[in-house]
Amino acid sequence: MVEIRWHGRGGQGAVTSVEMFALTAIEEGKFAQGFPSFGPERRGAPVAAFNRVDNKRIKVRSGIYKPDVVVVLDPSLMSTVNVVEGLKPDGILIVNTVESPAEIGKKTGFKGTIATVDAAHIAREELGVPITNTTMLGALMRATKLVKIESAEVPLKNRFGRLAPRNVKAMTRAYKELKISKAA
Amino acid sequence: MSKRIGMEIALAAAEAVALCRPEVIAAYPITPNTHIPEHLSDIVADGRLDAEFICVESEHTALSACCGASGAGARAFTATSSQGLAYMTEIVPIASAMRLPIVMIIGNRALSGPINIWNDQSDVMYQRDAGWISMFANNGQEVIDMAIQSFKIAEHRDVLLPVNLNLDGFQLTHVVEPMEMPDQAEVDSFLPSFKPLATLHPDKAVSMGTLGLPDIFNEAMEAKDEVLKNSRKVILDVWKEWKQKFGRTYEPIEACKMKGAEIAFLSMGSMGETAEVAVDELRKQGVPVGLLKLRLWRPFPFQELKKAVKGVKVLVVLDRAVSFGGPGGPAFSEVRSALYNEPDKPFVMNEIIGLGGRDVRVEDFVKIIEKAQKALKTKPKEDYEIYGVRGS
Repeated sequence: MVEIRWHGRGGQGAVTSVEMFALTAIEEGKFAQGFPSFGPERRGAPVAAFNRVDNKRIKVRSGIYKPDVVVVLDPSLMSTVNVVEGLKPDGILIVNTVESPAEIGKKTGFKGTIATVDAAHIAREELGVPITNTTMLGALMRATKLVKIESAEVPLKNRFGRLAPRNVKAMTRAYKELKISKAA
Repeated sequence: MSKRIGMEIALAAAEAVALCRPEVIAAYPITPNTHIPEHLSDIVADGRLDAEFICVESEHTALSACCGASGAGARAFTATSSQGLAYMTEIVPIASAMRLPIVMIIGNRALSGPINIWNDQSDVMYQRDAGWISMFANNGQEVIDMAIQSFKIAEHRDVLLPVNLNLDGFQLTHVVEPMEMPDQAEVDSFLPSFKPLATLHPDKAVSMGTLGLPDIFNEAMEAKDEVLKNSRKVILDVWKEWKQKFGRTYEPIEACKMKGAEIAFLSMGSMGETAEVAVDELRKQGVPVGLLKLRLWRPFPFQELKKAVKGVKVLVVLDRAVSFGGPGGPAFSEVRSALYNEPDKPFVMNEIIGLGGRDVRVEDFVKIIEKAQKALKTKPKEDYEIYGVRGS
């Protein structure tokens, strides 16, 4: 089982990310959970959301404390939230940032795999807004290889309708433009 | 044909209810059940379901409207949580006394105060003695299945009682996961339309909910108790039919890894799934531990409980509610009392856990088992503990 924690700010669509990622895995016949950090949400305040993915039925229903993967939708969170808290030493940290994996490694002290992509830039170009939730789905798919990128097209289409092709394009660009480095 | 879907469980609950073709839905939104009536109102507005969706101004009115609708012969549905259910309280025992087969889904949430929107089961425990059939789902699939079963059970001629179906707020309502959704034809063949015994109609006047004087009140309460007890047979029949049609098993108490279990948990609702993970791990380490998932809360499954605990030395009842100043959590009180006259009963201990959204983790069950192993020898005097209280 792979456990993923997403960090974003209220309004940036972290909950939509976990929903889309869970639906993509389910689309492939896998088992998955997607859930928000339970409770009220304030626009702009730091929020977290979670995924579990497995090849068999997932029974555990507690929170996620030791994720295998962390996805950061908003780089400004790095100075206020310890995004690598509990992240497994051999896990993966994926950040929307203009910085390189090495720079993120220095900032966070994380010694596992680090992947970065300027998702805000991609989202601004493809979607016209710096909302990176669907863009970062592409980064997560490339870094983890948990699901095929094509499998996300159905859930994105159901969710975004006529805006789906632009979200698919943003996701695909992030998939291609992601920089991955096995730090330390 | 059933279809494998990925969906938030609250939305799946609404889809399942819609497949039952309710004719009147009256609800007032309250976290964490909100997505259920909200999605049903979408389904009605989209023309996928021909139902009257009544946007009421309170939960008290929601259940009152359901009573009126059900009395007039309509299949009626509502959903609520916590304070919303508390606000319905006045009408809750009236619905059962009037034998109205309303189905209510409760997205379980702590009762205030302090104000808390998160999960525990104190809301439904507050309604324990109201005369409704009361059942718990452990996961999304069970929510779908039991929503459909609930209408069939409630409307059966030998029952005609309201049903509340409980799913843990957030822990289930807000989780996206895979489920099998039956199709309309399958549900139609399982669930016939509601044929009421007597209905309110201006051309054929009947009275419902009249005054009961002291000379009939004992008899009325006896009748209400009897019909709720007797609903057991219909519930078991409906579950048997479900198994035949859909292949999934439902039992009043479900046993996991109970063969040779010296210590057993008894849980209600979604934490049973996490407990199962702990039990699997402990079994691998050779600890003789098992798990009983109590699905049917009312009518209480006395026979099944007595059978299920045979050979168990310590039974750990997990409660998600407190009975302040009482003997322990509500499930614990019932279970211990049910076993009191049994010759070979286990030592029954009580852990009250996961209140107001406090997370319940696999390692918590492991710690409780360590305590239960000690209790096996020492038989501690204290009846219950609120688990994980800081500073204790």
